[in-house]
Amino acid sequence: MEITWQTIAFFAFAVMTLGGGLMVVISRNLWHSALFLMLSLFGTSGLFVLLVAPFLAAVQVLVYIGAIAILVLFAIMLTRRMMGLEETQNTQWPAAAAVAVLLFIILVITLSPLVDEKAVTDIFGDKVANLNAHLPVDPDAKGSGVVANDDLKIVTVEKIGEALVTRDGFVLPFELASILLTAALIGAIVVAREDEA
Amino acid sequence: MVPLYFYLVVSAGLFAIGAYGALARRNAIAIVMSVELMLNAANINLVAFWRYLNPFEINGQIFAAFVFIVAAAEAAVGLALIISIYRNRQTVIVEDVNMLKW
Repeated sequence: MEITWQTIAFFAFAVMTLGGGLMVVISRNLWHSALFLMLSLFGTSGLFVLLVAPFLAAVQVLVYIGAIAILVLFAIMLTRRMMGLEETQNTQWPAAAAVAVLLFIILVITLSPLVDEKAVTDIFGDKVANLNAHLPVDPDAKGSGVVANDDLKIVTVEKIGEALVTRDGFVLPFELASILLTAALIGAIVVAREDEA
Repeated sequence: MVPLYFYLVVSAGLFAIGAYGALARRNAIAIVMSVELMLNAANINLVAFWRYLNPFEINGQIFAAFVFIVAAAEAAVGLALIISIYRNRQTVIVEDVNMLKW
């Protein structure tokens, strides 16, 4: 793997995501946790940009950082008395840490065949290779069968929008998601509202 | 270009961190934040596989968009519940909320 701007950006965003995530779970101050959550979400958004998913990157910033993280901050402010807790972890934290580390190790071992980039096409069948065979592959990733970023202009926001409202696409899940969101927001209001009278 | 493997390892790491937070934190809001981290890890996975294996179908991105929707709903309902519990019981420590524990 050559060191390009892309790899440097990847490692910067990966450190941002993982470091922020780690600080979210180990920070003693809940307010700092929420701010580190924002950092971690921003790193994820950068990874989406590197993966040529600009729409998702924008939605990540708008929905996650702009809405969910702010909602979390408001919840922390509304329960302010709980912020200065001495003990932030419960008594089972060593077991939890062991489970998390074990989970990570198992996942990495399971993924290890993918270190060889050619193995990706071997494992996931010829379908992928055939699908992209007519396109020039990324010069930085010879033989991996991965399409270069410049050839990906096909997937635009317009295409995503179309797929969400066409019958062959995702119109039913899209409508169900709308109902879910409406129900969730009405439910949230009902649950959080102060009782009158 | 960064290999697919790297994205998957970042995703696995983020999921493990989120799992630790969800299991070990005492404050319910911290647990909600940890769950958000895990959802993000799943999203990185979905988009990475889309980009490397099947970039000319938009299914991967649509799936990730649905994860966003579910995450937004989850955060809204979860935080509303936490605020309601705080109002009624003056605590957001999950160990103190044991009414349903037998």
